[in-house]
Amino acid sequence: MPQHEYMEAHKKRHGERMDRAEKRRKKDAREVHKRSEFAQKVHGIRAKLYQRKRFKEKATMRKTIAMHQERTNKHANDDAVPDGAVPAYLLDREGVSRAKVLSNTVKQKRKEKAGKWDVPIPKVKPVADDEMFKVLRSGKRKNKAWKRMVTKVTFVGEGFTRKAPKYERFIRPTGLRFKKAHVTHPELKATFHLDILGVKKNPSSPLYTQLGVMTKGTVIEVNVSDLGLVTQSGKVVWGKYAQVTNSPELDGCINAVLLV
Amino acid sequence: MASLTAPPPQAGTKRPRSSAQEHQVSAPVPDFGADSDDDVEDVARGKGGDEGGTPSSMIVQFATLEGENKGPQIDVPLGSTVLQMEELMNQLLENKDKVPYTFYVNDAEVMETLEQTVSELAVSTEAVLRVSYQPLAVFRVRPVTRCTSTMPGHTEAVLHVNYSPDGTMLASGGGDMTVRFWDVQTSLPRFTCRGHRHHVLCTAWAPNGKRFASADRKGEIRLWDPSKGVQQGQPLSAHKQWVTSLAWEPLHRNSAGERLASSSKDALIKIWNTRTGRCEVTLSGHADSVEKIIWGGEGLLYSASRDRTIKVWNVEGEGRKLGILVRTLVGHGHRVNTLALSCEAALRTGPFGKEECALKAVSKFTPEEAQAVALERYNLARGGEPERLVSGSDDFTLFLWNPVDGKKPLARLTGHQQPVNHLAFSPDGRRFASASFDKKVKVWDGRTGTFLATLNGHVSAVYQVAWSADSRLLVSASKDSTVKLWEMVALKRAKATLPGHADEVYALDWSPDGSAVASGSKDRTIKIWAH
Repeated sequence: MPQHEYMEAHKKRHGERMDRAEKRRKKDAREVHKRSEFAQKVHGIRAKLYQRKRFKEKATMRKTIAMHQERTNKHANDDAVPDGAVPAYLLDREGVSRAKVLSNTVKQKRKEKAGKWDVPIPKVKPVADDEMFKVLRSGKRKNKAWKRMVTKVTFVGEGFTRKAPKYERFIRPTGLRFKKAHVTHPELKATFHLDILGVKKNPSSPLYTQLGVMTKGTVIEVNVSDLGLVTQSGKVVWGKYAQVTNSPELDGCINAVLLV
Repeated sequence: MASLTAPPPQAGTKRPRSSAQEHQVSAPVPDFGADSDDDVEDVARGKGGDEGGTPSSMIVQFATLEGENKGPQIDVPLGSTVLQMEELMNQLLENKDKVPYTFYVNDAEVMETLEQTVSELAVSTEAVLRVSYQPLAVFRVRPVTRCTSTMPGHTEAVLHVNYSPDGTMLASGGGDMTVRFWDVQTSLPRFTCRGHRHHVLCTAWAPNGKRFASADRKGEIRLWDPSKGVQQGQPLSAHKQWVTSLAWEPLHRNSAGERLASSSKDALIKIWNTRTGRCEVTLSGHADSVEKIIWGGEGLLYSASRDRTIKVWNVEGEGRKLGILVRTLVGHGHRVNTLALSCEAALRTGPFGKEECALKAVSKFTPEEAQAVALERYNLARGGEPERLVSGSDDFTLFLWNPVDGKKPLARLTGHQQPVNHLAFSPDGRRFASASFDKKVKVWDGRTGTFLATLNGHVSAVYQVAWSADSRLLVSASKDSTVKLWEMVALKRAKATLPGHADEVYALDWSPDGSAVASGSKDRTIKIWAH
C-alpha cells in the first residue's frame, strides 16, 4: 500500500465510525445548498471560473445520463408506414384533395327512413309561436287579428307567388327570404355557397317546416352538384342535407354544416 | 380480276353487260369487284346518283399506309360505304378469311361513305383518288359490362394492378406493403408476397412472364417468382427516394429477359441485371424526379422527367457505350408526367398473343424461339415505321415524337385544361388516348396526332386509361369511383359505366387476351369486369 493512503490504512486497521454513512448522506444532501450559496455569493473572475467549471460538470452529467438511458430511450419509428397510400402519379401533387368519397346512399336512406339525423346540433331551443309570428291586424277598424307575419328567415320555392290577401294567413316577408346558404363540408373543412333546395325539417314545429322557416338547427336540403360528390353507383349526388348552425334572422346569412 | 385492270373511260355510266364478260368471276361493271354485290351496287348507285355536279363514282388507287400501291386503279362509286370497300379490298388482296379494314383519304379516316369524306376534304373528283387502307384486328374483344368478381385482400389502397403477358395471372401492389398474385380463372388469391417495407408503388412483369418486379416508396425493388410467390435474390436497393416507374428489356432484344430499368424521384435511372442483382449502369442526367420510363424496341430507353425534358438513352452495348445519352427532347413547358410508345402492347406481351400460337406452345418455346416470335410481333406492330413516342405534361399539352430519328416533335397537341396524367397507345398504334385531371379523356390519331374526340362523362379527374387488345374499346378509371367503357365508333357517350368501387379507382389494366378488365381502388378491393 502506498504511503500516502493513510486514510484507507486507518480504515482498514480500525474500521469506520458507526454513523459514517449517515454523515456522508447528510453532507451530500447539504452539498447542493452549499454550492448554491457559493454560486450566488461569488463574483468577478472567480464567478466566471466557477461557472465554467460547473458548466463542464453539467455537460458530462447530461452525457452520462443519456448514455445510461440509451437502452430505454424511445426512438422515432422509422419503419412506420403512413396511412393513405397513393399511386406514384399522385405523390407530391399539391392541391389534390385526398378527401374520401363521402356520399353513402345507404346511410343517407337509412337516416331518411328513421326521420332523424345524427346532427351536429342535436338540441335546439324551441321557438314559440309568439316569437315566430307577428300578429297583423286587418279589417277596416283593424279589429281582425288572423293574419300572421313570419319574423324569421324563410325559404320559398322557386316560382312562388303570394296568395290573395284574403287567403294569405302567413306572410313571409321578401326581405327575409333566402336562396343560398354557406355550407361547410365537415371533412373537407371547406365552405361552399350552395343553393337551397328546400327545408327538410324545422325541429320546432311541423308548421314551420311547411312554411320553410329556417332557424338554428333546421335541416335544409342543399344542391351539392358543384362539389362533384358521387354515389356508389357512380351517379352525381345532387341534393344533400345540411343543418343550420347560426341564427339567420340575426346574422343576415345562413351558415350550415353538411350532414355526411 | 381481269376486268378490274382497265378502268372505264367514263365514270358512272352504266355499260351494258356483254355476254362475253358474264362468265367471269368478277363483274364487268366497273362499280364493284364482285357479282355477289348486286344489291350493294344498287344502293351505292342510288345514293351517288346524278346530284348537282358530283359524279357518282371516282377512280381510286388503293395503297397501304406506307404508300405502296396495291391493285389497279378502280372505279368506285362515291356512295360506297366502308363495309363495301372492305369487301372490295378483301377481293383485291385475295384474302381467304375476311379481314376488316379502315380507309383513309389524305390521312382523314373514312367514317361512313367515301362521298362524305371527299366532300368534306374538297378533294378533286377529277384526279385519281389515293385511298390508303389499314387492316384492323380480325378478332373482336367483347365489351366489359359487369363486375364478375370483387377480390378483397389488400388492407390498404390498391395502387397498381398488372396482368401477366400471357394473361393468366394478375398481380397487384398496394399500400399494405404486399404484392399479391391472383388467379385469373378462379379470381382467387394465389400468393401474398410480403417483404416490402413501404407502399408498393409500381409493378412490372418480365415480357417472358417468368419474373416479376415490384418497387416501393422506400426505393427498394424486389423480384418475385410468380409461379411460386417467393422472393428471388436480395432486394435491389440503391435509389434514395421512391421508385416511380419500372421497365423490363423487351424480349426481342434479349432472349434472357433479365434486364430491368427503374426510375426514381432521386432523378436517377438505374439498369439492373436481375439475375446477378447488380446495377449495370446508372443514368444520371435529369435534374429532377424521373416520372416515367419506357424501354423501347430499338434498344433505346425513353425517360420523362419533372425537369421538363424527355431523354433518350442507349441501353445496349458494352462498357462506355452502355448508357449514353442519345438525345434530349425539349418542348414541354412544365413537368412531363407520362409517356406512351406506339408498339407498347407488342413489347409488353412479347411472344404471347400471336394468334397461331396457343399459350402452351409459347411456354414450351426455347428463349431463342420466343425471341424470334417476339421480334416478328414487334415488326408487325411497328409496320415498317419507326416507333412513335407521345408525352403528356403538366403544361396541359401532349407532344408526339419520333425519338429514334430526331429530336423535333412531330406535333404539339393542345386541348386539355388540366395536367395530363396518363397516356395509352392502342395496340395497333392507330390512336392514343390521354387521361387528364380535367375529367376528360381525349382520343388522338396515333400517326399524325390529329385530335379525334373528347370523351366526356367522368365527374372527377381521370387517372388511368387502358385499351382492349383489338383497339376498338377503351376503359378509363377515375377519381369519381367509376370505370367507364368507350367504344371507338360512337365516342359521344360512354358505352357503359361500371360502378361498384366505393372510392377512387387508382389502377386499371385490360388483360392482354381481352377477356377481362381489372381495376384497383382506394377501397382496398380489386374488381374484375367482364362481358
